[in-house]
Amino acid sequence: MLDCEQPTRRKFLAAAAGATALTLVRVEPVRATPASMKAAIRTVVGEAPLKPGKVKIDVPPLVENGNAVALAIEVDSPMTPTNYVKAIHVFTELNPQPNVISVRFGPRAGRARFTTRFRLADTQTVVAIAELSDGTFWQASADVVVTLQACLETL
Amino acid sequence: MNGPAGHIVVVTLLLCTPPAVAADIPLDQRRSSYADMTPENKAMQDEDSSNPGMLAVLDGGALWNAKAGALGKSCADCHGDAAESMKGVAARFPAFNQSGGRPIDLEQRINLSRTQDQKAQPLAFESKEMLALSAYVAMQSRGEPIAQFDDPRLKPFLDQGRGLFNERQGQINLSCAQCHDDNWGKHLAGNVVPQGHPNGYPIYRLEWQSLGSLQRRLRNCMIGMRAEPYPYGALENVEMELFLMWRARGIKMETPGVRP
Amino acid sequence: MAARTLVNLPKTAKRGQVIEIKTLVSHMMETGFRHDNVGAVIPRDIVTDFVCTYNDAEIFRATLYPAIAANPFITFHTVATESGTITFKWTGDNGFDAEASAHIAVE
Repeated sequence: MLDCEQPTRRKFLAAAAGATALTLVRVEPVRATPASMKAAIRTVVGEAPLKPGKVKIDVPPLVENGNAVALAIEVDSPMTPTNYVKAIHVFTELNPQPNVISVRFGPRAGRARFTTRFRLADTQTVVAIAELSDGTFWQASADVVVTLQACLETL
Repeated sequence: MNGPAGHIVVVTLLLCTPPAVAADIPLDQRRSSYADMTPENKAMQDEDSSNPGMLAVLDGGALWNAKAGALGKSCADCHGDAAESMKGVAARFPAFNQSGGRPIDLEQRINLSRTQDQKAQPLAFESKEMLALSAYVAMQSRGEPIAQFDDPRLKPFLDQGRGLFNERQGQINLSCAQCHDDNWGKHLAGNVVPQGHPNGYPIYRLEWQSLGSLQRRLRNCMIGMRAEPYPYGALENVEMELFLMWRARGIKMETPGVRP
Repeated sequence: MAARTLVNLPKTAKRGQVIEIKTLVSHMMETGFRHDNVGAVIPRDIVTDFVCTYNDAEIFRATLYPAIAANPFITFHTVATESGTITFKWTGDNGFDAEASAHIAVE
């Protein structure tokens, strides 16, 4: 089912050239891989270690339709001016592009939590990384089974 | 349903289902397709501030108040506050249109007002404006039970609609009834088969990523069965809408519904 | 036609209370990965940035990618510090620009 939609590398490059504000770390096949997700994470995190914990991902384990998947992310933090969550970054393994959303908080947020709805092109793993005011990075992941994919449908 | 997996399941259904006439769902077992959704999708519909259909309803409210046509009149100029004048209206459409001698659905009725009363251009089926205005009007019936559709003038058209619902069609040679009367609640390619009631229309369908009408959904179903869909506005579509609304009589309207 | 927006937050709050803000904006979020019926790529057209300010101080910001679902829905929190105006601004591809604002009374 997916194979007939698979664009060639040439088509992807043409599309990427036409797309505005699309940052490419390096040329990747349109169907992303865990490697391209790792590269996207490194772009955000640099060489800092990723510690497991503090981040809680709330996403349904199975969705009927990958076009609008409810996502809630909360980080355990007192959100004081000296100890708060600066940012949360969300990534997927197998979407055509690994980034989902990056949100920035200040201590005025009161609560390091946000929700949104996102797209999943296939059954895969979602990764969330929190950047704290002390410079540390924390991560969590969740698996989602998708019975009807998003992103790659034709009209 | 997409792809080879869906087709295999459908062919199996075809071979295993005896060609008996499908029975109506007993009245007390009927339920809105809302009941088949995941908790997250229900939450999306439940709150107006998260329901994407409400964006179209807001646009529809603006259109309701906008002057239009040669007479420079808005819907509000004649109909006033929609919450009062349109309450219950969508729940009793399709309705019999005397001058045409046939039933018309809500979208066609809106266009009658536009052309005859406002002297304005009709809105194209499935256009952003038509969806917004019909969503706004239909939302005024949210919570109202669908009408009984016992107008005797509707009977021959209702019977036609019942026939279309029950007859096998398309390359897959399936009828609507075989899935939605006989196999609702079971799974087809990972999705729950709903009873298929029209009480949320126009719906925000996740697969479309936008609002859409009941006619669009019926055309999608027929394409899924590899049958030639009827063009927008065709009598057959209205007859099917009529039958579906009658079949859902008493079920509460939910417009704008969210559906997968 | 300007893009439709829908924001939801309490009209009043106590000083120091953490309130939840819900936002919805009308936008197709065309991913740039879909093809039309003759095989041509449909160009990307998405909302890329969302900023919320509270009496002109930025309290929340998000960078959106094609993986965000159509009609972007984002909720977040803020501490109710003082009465005033909370503004919302969405920007994106092809010069997309949408704004909304709401007042809050804080006692």
